[in-house]
Amino acid sequence: MKKGLAKLTLALMAAGAISTSAHAATTLVYCSEGSPEGFNPAFYTAGTTFDATSKNMFNRLVEFKLGTTETEPGLATSYDVSSDGLEYTFHLRKGVKFHTSKDFTPTRDFNADDVIFTFDRQGNKENPYHSVSGGSYEYFTGMGMDTLIKEMVKVDDYTVKFILTKPEAPFIANLAMDFASIFSKEQADAYMKAGTPEKLDIDPVATGPFQKVQYQKDSLIRYTAFKDYWQGKAKIDRLVFSITPDASVRYAKLKAGECDVMPYPNPADLKQMEADPNINLMSQEGLNVGYLAFNTQKKPFTDPRVRQALSLATDKSAIIDAVFQGAGKVAKNPIPPTMWSYNKNVVDYPYDPVKAKKLLAEAGYPDGFSTNIWAMPVQRPYNPNARRMAEIMQEDWSKIGVKAEIVSYEWGEYLNRSKKGEHDTVLLGWTGDNGDPDNFLYVLLGCDAVGGANRAQWCNEEFNNLLLKAKQTSDKAERTKLYEESQVVFKREAPWITIAHSVVYEPIRKEVKGYKIDPLGGHYFYNVSK
Amino acid sequence: MFQFIFRRLSLVIPTFLGITLLTFTLIRLIPGDPIEVMAGERGVSAERHAELSAQLGFDQPLYVQYYHYVTGVLQGDLGNSLITREPVMKEFLTLFPATIELAFCAAIFAILIGLPAGIFAAVKRGTVIDHSVMTFSLTGYSMPIFWWALLLMLVFSVNLGWTPVSGRIDVVYWIDDVTGFMLIDSLLSGEEGAFSSAVSHLILPSIVLGTIPMAVIARMTRSSMLEVLSEDYIRTARAKGIAPWRVIVIHALRNALIPVITVIGLQVGILLSGAILTETVFAWPGIGKWLIESIGRRDYPVVQGGILIVACIIIVVNLLVDITYGIVNPRIRHSR
Repeated sequence: MKKGLAKLTLALMAAGAISTSAHAATTLVYCSEGSPEGFNPAFYTAGTTFDATSKNMFNRLVEFKLGTTETEPGLATSYDVSSDGLEYTFHLRKGVKFHTSKDFTPTRDFNADDVIFTFDRQGNKENPYHSVSGGSYEYFTGMGMDTLIKEMVKVDDYTVKFILTKPEAPFIANLAMDFASIFSKEQADAYMKAGTPEKLDIDPVATGPFQKVQYQKDSLIRYTAFKDYWQGKAKIDRLVFSITPDASVRYAKLKAGECDVMPYPNPADLKQMEADPNINLMSQEGLNVGYLAFNTQKKPFTDPRVRQALSLATDKSAIIDAVFQGAGKVAKNPIPPTMWSYNKNVVDYPYDPVKAKKLLAEAGYPDGFSTNIWAMPVQRPYNPNARRMAEIMQEDWSKIGVKAEIVSYEWGEYLNRSKKGEHDTVLLGWTGDNGDPDNFLYVLLGCDAVGGANRAQWCNEEFNNLLLKAKQTSDKAERTKLYEESQVVFKREAPWITIAHSVVYEPIRKEVKGYKIDPLGGHYFYNVSK
Repeated sequence: MFQFIFRRLSLVIPTFLGITLLTFTLIRLIPGDPIEVMAGERGVSAERHAELSAQLGFDQPLYVQYYHYVTGVLQGDLGNSLITREPVMKEFLTLFPATIELAFCAAIFAILIGLPAGIFAAVKRGTVIDHSVMTFSLTGYSMPIFWWALLLMLVFSVNLGWTPVSGRIDVVYWIDDVTGFMLIDSLLSGEEGAFSSAVSHLILPSIVLGTIPMAVIARMTRSSMLEVLSEDYIRTARAKGIAPWRVIVIHALRNALIPVITVIGLQVGILLSGAILTETVFAWPGIGKWLIESIGRRDYPVVQGGILIVACIIIVVNLLVDITYGIVNPRIRHSR
C-alpha cells in the first residue's frame, strides 16, 4: 500500500513537472514576411523559403560562421584539397542525428550516403529522385555545380571525395549555401519504397536545431527545438513563424509583444523604433549593391573617359538621402564592405561636374550627348525607388550636357532586354548568395557573363584574368590580394557607377538575447534566448 | 419553378466557358514571362529557359495550352502552382475555410448592424437619427479599408490591448488542422482559452471587412423601407389601429426585405471571393491574398484556377439568390 502511494505521488509529481515545463516552454515568435515556397530548399531561390527551411532546420557540410561571410565546419569536421585543386575530401562528423517525423523514424546516424544522395539527386538525371516534385534545382545549376562536380566517391562511411572538372575555389562557399542542405537518404528510400517520394519535399527530416511540427499556409509554421541536435539543444523550446506580409502590421505586432523579431521594417518607422524602450533596433550593411551599368559595347560608353565623366557628374550622397532615407550607404566598390577582400583603399569618384565636363570634352563630347537610363519597375533593398534615382541622375547629368531619357519595362521584360544589351545605361543590383567575392565580381562582371548577368556587357582582360587566377587557388590570402587588385581595375575602368549598399534593419524585442544579423540576409534562431 | 431553375442553369455554362477563356487570355496578356520573374536578377540561361518552358508546357501554341487547360478542368484538375508545385485545388481547399470563416463573421456583423440601422433611419426619416445613420453609412462605404484596418489595429490592439493584432489564434495554442475552421478546431482541441482566443482574433477583421457591406445594407434597407412605408396598405394598417411596431416589423419589413435579401446575397458572394486588403493587413490566410500574389508572380495555373473557382462560387450564390427571390416573389418566377 505504502509502495503504491509512493508510486502515485511520484506519478503526480512527474505530471506536475511536465505540465509546468509545458507552460514554461519559451516560445520565440518571428513575424516572417511571407510563406515559404516549399520545404526543400534545393528547389528555390527566395530568402523567405530559406529562413523557414535551410537556416533553421537543416545543416550543410560547411556552414557560414554566424554574423560573417566566412565558412566554418558543419557536418564535415574538416576537408583536404588536392594540390591541383581538383579533389576535395570531406571528413564527416560522427553521431549526428536526424529529426523524427510523423511517419518516419530514422534508424541510423548521418553518414556519407546522405551527402552523396543530396548532391546526386540534383546533378544526376538518372537519380530516381531527380525529377520528383518538378525537379528543377535552380541554385545548383545556377552556381554551375552541375558542370563542376565530375564525380563523388564514398571513401568510407564518414569520408566523401568530390572530384571537380576544374579548380574552383568558391566551391567551399557554394557548399555552405542553402541548396546544399543535407537530406536523409534513409528517409528518401523509405518514401520511394512506399510509392510517395514527393513526401520527402513536404516533410523532410534534417539534422538542424529545429524540427518542423506544423505548417499552415499563409498563417504560421511551428517548430520545436531538436533535443538531440549535435551542437546541443537550442536555448528556446519552440519557434513560431507568424506569417505577416505587411510591414506596418509586423511593427504593430512587435509593439504589442505578439512577435519577438521582425524583418524588413518600413524605413519611415525606423525613428520611432529607435525611440521605443521595448525595442532594440539592430542594423548592418546588407550583402548587396545597387548600381548603374553602362552598356560598354555601345557608343559613347565604349570610351572609359565618358564613363568616368558620368561617374564624376553623379551626386551619390544626394541619391542616398532622397531614395534610401537612411537605409543606405554610398558604395565605392562592387562588393559590400562586410565581405572579405573589400578594398578600403580604393578612391571613389568625387562629385565634380566641372572635371566631368572637361573629361567629356576630352572624349570628344564637349556639348554632351543623348542617352537613356533604364529604371527598374520593382522595389529592392539595394534600390527602393529606381525611378526617383533615375530622375536625380538625369538632372545631374543634364548639368554636363548629357540628356537622358528614363525608360522602364515590366520586370521580367526589363531583365530580359537588359541581358541582351538593349539599354544605354541600366539601374540594377545584386544580393550575394554565398559571401564569396567571386559571387559578385565574376557573376556580374566576368567575360562569361556578357549577354547574361553582366549588364555592362563589359569584358576586360586584365580584370577577368585576376578573377580567373583567384578561382584557381584555395589560398585565401592570395585570393584576397587578387580581388583587391581587381577592384582597383574596376574603379579605373568604371563599367558601373556603384551607387549604394542598403542598410539592413532588424527590430527585436528587448528581452530577446543573442540574436545576430546575418550579413547574407538569413534569419537564424539557434543562438537566441528569451 | 423547375423551368425557372433550368433556365437559370443553362446560362451558367456559357458564363463558365467565358470565364476560362478570359482568365486564360488576360493573365497571358500581362507582359512578363513567369520563368524570368521566377529567376529575378539571377537570370536563367537560354537553354534552361527552353527546358523549363517545355516542362511547363509554355512552348506549345496557345490554343493547345488552352485545350489542355479546359480538358483538365473538366476532369477536375486545375493544374499545379508554378511556385509551390502543389495542386491548385489543394491550395484552394487549405485556404478557403479561413475565407469562409471571416466572410461569415463579417456578414453577421454587417447584417446585425446594417439592418436595424436602416429600419431605424427609415422610421425616423428626416430626423437627426436618420441623418447620422446615413452619414455613418456613407463614411463606412467610402472608407479606405487599409487605413481603417490599421487605425482600428493601432487603437484597439496596440494602445488599448483589447484585441490581438493579427493572425487567427494566439501562438501559445498549438491547434491541429482538422476542419480548417479555427473556431471549430480550437473547440475540438479542448485547450482552455483556445476558442476565446480564436474569437478575439476574428473581431477586428470582421468589423473591417463588414464595414462596406454594412453600409450597403443599411442604405438599401432604408430606401426599401421608405418605399414600402408609403404604400396604401401600410396606411390602412395604421388606420386600423395596429400597434406601430407591428406595422413596421410584420407588415412593412417583410416586403421591404425582398431587395435587401438580394443585396445581402451579392455581398456574401463578394465576401466569399476573398478580401485582399483585409487578409493582407490581418495576415489572414485566405484566398484573396493568394490570388493577388499569384498574379504578381505570373503563376498562371493558380490565377486561372483560383479565379475560376471564385467565379463559380459567385455564380452559385447568385443562382441561389435568384431562386430564393423566385420563391419569395412569384412575379419573377412566372415572367418569361
